[in-house]
Formats: sequence, structure tokens, C-alpha cells
Amino acid sequence: MSDLRPTRPVPFRGGGFSPERKRGVGLLVFVGLIGFLEFGTRVGFITNLTMPRPTDVFWTLVDLWRSGLLWKHLVPSVTRLIVGAILGASAGIGVGILIGLFSFIRAGLVPLVAAIFPIPKIALLPLFVIWFGIDETSKYALIAFGTFTPTVVATYGAVDNVDRGLIRMGQSFGLSWTSLVRKIVFPGALPGILSGLRVSLAIAIILLVAAEMLGAEYGIGAYILEAGSLYDLERLFAGVTILSILGVSVSVLIGQVERIFLGWR
Amino acid sequence: MDLLLKNISHSYGDTEVLRDISLDIPAGQIVCIVGPSGCGKSTLLRLIGGLEQPDRGQVLQVGSPPPGCLNPLTFVFQDFALLPWRTAAGNVSLVLEDHHLGKKKMQAIIDDVLKRTRLTEFRTALPRQLSGGMKQRVAIARALAVNPSVMLMDEPLSALDAQTRELLMDDIVDLWTRTPFTAVYVTHNLAEAVRLGHRIVVLSRRPGEICEIVDIDRALNRRALGDADLDAQQKYLWSLMRDQAIAADQELLDV
Ligand SMILES: Nc1ncnc2c1ncn2[C@@H]1O[C@H](COP(=O)(O)OP(=O)(O)OP(=O)(O)O)[C@@H](O)[C@H]1O
Ligand SMILES: [Mg+2]
Repeated sequence: MSDLRPTRPVPFRGGGFSPERKRGVGLLVFVGLIGFLEFGTRVGFITNLTMPRPTDVFWTLVDLWRSGLLWKHLVPSVTRLIVGAILGASAGIGVGILIGLFSFIRAGLVPLVAAIFPIPKIALLPLFVIWFGIDETSKYALIAFGTFTPTVVATYGAVDNVDRGLIRMGQSFGLSWTSLVRKIVFPGALPGILSGLRVSLAIAIILLVAAEMLGAEYGIGAYILEAGSLYDLERLFAGVTILSILGVSVSVLIGQVERIFLGWR
Repeated sequence: MDLLLKNISHSYGDTEVLRDISLDIPAGQIVCIVGPSGCGKSTLLRLIGGLEQPDRGQVLQVGSPPPGCLNPLTFVFQDFALLPWRTAAGNVSLVLEDHHLGKKKMQAIIDDVLKRTRLTEFRTALPRQLSGGMKQRVAIARALAVNPSVMLMDEPLSALDAQTRELLMDDIVDLWTRTPFTAVYVTHNLAEAVRLGHRIVVLSRRPGEICEIVDIDRALNRRALGDADLDAQQKYLWSLMRDQAIAADQELLDV
């Protein structure tokens, strides 16, 4: 007697929800989008007035590079970004760790951080100009301040999430306080700190541009502002492209740091 | 170095966890603590190890730790507590680094303890690459590295499967037979208790009080699996614990 009951494979319901590395997909999205714009502007259903043609933007960039102006704008911008972000991020990580470790500091500083977090930092630029002068220092201060708050919040959250069992273990072996912080708390918090830095550094780029728009002779922000006021869309987009490349580079850089320091995950 | 617990009582808020525990932990013996779930075994161990302070009573060290002892009271945790970003050797070296022993001495200790726990080939492996049993062996190696006077083990085998547990019990017996160490070994597994304990302390349900102390005289390396005498001891312990366990269970349901 054969079994006539219906037989079918068990449906697959697992999978997903675990990020995998897919190479080239990001690139494909960029290429697709740019290709579409190029096609649209060439065929004509996107007019030159609404969107510049990607190839024109590209040649604008090439011109910028040939004339040497690219470096004249890029070097001060990148310097401001690096100095400001390093100042803000290291202060943020330091204060965040202190908040995570000491209840007193937490009680004192968390409300303060919550109070200054939502202030659009760019509104404070005039204040920084009065304090630090019109030159570079006020820009460093603005970028540092803007990077500082999100870094603090990410860092103390990350410290709170460090496995208490590991800290107990360290204490039970009589590790010194500095060893506990350096060898258990900091490495345990590093994943959270780095993902916080992704956000903080993006904010740093936004503030960089804003600061340069408000008063700088050279810099990507100044370049974009000038192009904007002339309604020169090609140059405007050339500037925006540089910013995007800057953003992607920062993201790639953090990805590299994660791969080196978080290989244990 | 012996340990002496004198009239220890402890509460968390309104919950009285331990009541009037007095106990002698002689050097060179393994003292097992068994008791129903939630009776305060882990709490007692934390009090002994100085991770918490008892409300009343004292934990006393009698005599001084042996020379070369870096951390007299050393824990082995149920969940291993290995740093996931350090290799097996790195996890051992973590507890030596603060003692300024010099590179050579430190290397020698690490090599020695990894060899004693049969982990020499895995010295560069990260915890995530190791099985549960190996992870606990790394944790034991780390504990051995500081040459403790007393090892405080909180259900060290509970996170492992039955076969691995059997093997690791043999390892612990081997380690003890070669160089006897003192240990307080918390478990809820009576088979472990009769295999490893020179003395077994049975705690009552919460608030934990000492309900009986059973001494087992037979040498550790002569306690085989399925030994009739040990089975009898285990049955006796179970009869002590069953009522407590049932009562503890009811109590939770009443809450
Ligand atoms: N830090 C703490 N704060 C408040 N209550 C606690 C704390 N630690 C333990 N307790 C309570 O104390 C009681 C004893 O806990 P403990 O972990 O010592 O029991 P245990 O015997 O180890 O139990 P198990 O067999 O489940 O490991 C429990 O009721 C627990 O809820
Ligand atoms: Mg416990």
C-alpha cells in the first residue's frame, strides 16, 4: 500500500537579518543613478536648467584640478575637518568614558550634553568668532564642538553596554583600575564608539561646509557658495561631488579601522 | 591558607539570601556547595571572593598565601568571562601583566598553564574559534596562572554538554592529583559534587542555611563513573535536597 498523503518540502523560513558583505552593489547604485541623469539630460526629458549633465560636472572637476584650484580649496577644508574632528572626537571619547565610569560625572554632565545636543552648532559660529577670532581657530572650534556631542552620547552608551561580567572578572583578578579601563572597558566599548564616529564625522563635514560658507576665502564650502550665488549648477555639483567623495572616504576609513581593531567579532 | 566563614548573613533589600553560614575551608581540599536554585550559592561565592561584602559575619584568611601566589582568591566563572578580543594566550597574559614579572617569566607561566590544560596548540585562537569546553579550559588556565591559594568556581561546567563536562571533570581531577589546590566549587549537579568534592555542603532553600555537611574520603582519582558507593552518596544528597527543591519551586509559584 503506497502512501497517498500529500508530500511537500518544508518551506524555508530562515535567512536574512544578518548583514553580509556584498561587493560592488553600492557602486552599481551610483553608476545607475548617474547613468540615468546623463541619459535624461542628453535625451532632453531633464533640462539643463534643472539638473546639470554628469559629464559636464566631471569636466568642471577636471578643470578645477588642472587649474590647481582644487587643492587650494580642498587642502584647507580637509585640514579643518581633520583638526576639528580629531579635537572633538577625542574629547568626546574621553568625556564619554568618564561619564560611563563615574556616576558623579554622569549625573553632572548627561543633562548638560542633552541640553547642548539639539542646539544647531552653526548658530554658535558668531560666538566662536568672538572667542577665537575670524580665522581658522573658530572653524576648528565649531567642527570640534559639533563632533563632540554625538561622540559623547555614543561613547557612554557603548561603555554602559560593556559586559559587566568581564569587568567583575577583571576585578576578581585584582587588575589595576587603569588596566580595567584600558584592557576591558575601552576595547569592549570600541564597536559602539566607532559606529558613533560614523555619525559624528558626517556631522563634522556638514559643519565644515557651513562654517566655510559663513566666512572663508578658500574651502569647498566657499566654492559651493560662490557657485550657488551665480546659479552655476555645474560648479555647484562639482563641489557637492567633492563632499560626497569626502563622506565616502571617511566611511571607508572607519570601515578599515573596524576591520583592523574589531577582527575578533 | 585556609578560609574560615564566620556567621555570614546577607540580604538584598528585603530578600534575605544567606543566614548564619559558618564554614571551614581547609587547604588542599575541594569543598562543593550544592543547594536549590536561588538559595544564594553564587552570592556566598562572591562574598568569599571579596566581590561583595556580607551584611553580618566575616570571611577570614587563616595563614598566608603560598609564595609566588599572585591572586589568592581566584574565580572561574560559569560563562567563562574571556575577553573576546584576546587570544587564549592573551587572556592568560591579561591577569599577569599587572604584576611586572618580566617577559620571560610571563611567557614561561603562560606556556606552562596552557600545557597543563592541553591548549598549547590553541594559544593564538580567539574565544569565538574555541568550543565551550576549550573556553572553560582557557579560563581554568587563566586561574592557574596566578597560582591561587583558593579557586572559587561558580558552576564552571554548567554551560557545557554532558560529554564535555565528563572530560573536563577528569581534567580537574588530573590537575588536582598532580598539584592539590584548594577550591570552593558551586554546582547544582550532584554527580559533579560527589566526583570532585572532598566535602559537600548542602544549603537549604532561600534564605540559605547549612543543612548538612557530607565528607567523602575516597581519593579523587579513584572515583569512577557509576561507582556504587558514590551513587549511594548522591542518592542521599538528593533525598536531602529534593524537599528543599520542591519547596523552593512552590515558593516561586506563590510569588
Ligand atoms: N545583585 C543582586 N541584587 C538583588 N538580588 C540579588 C542579587 N544577586 C542575587 N540576588 C537574589 O538573591 C538570591 C540568591 O541568588 P544567587 O544567584 O546567589 O542564587 P544561586 O543559588 O546561585 O542560584 P542559581 O542556582 O540559580 O545559580 C536570588 O533570589 C536572587 O534573585
Ligand atoms: Mg548561581
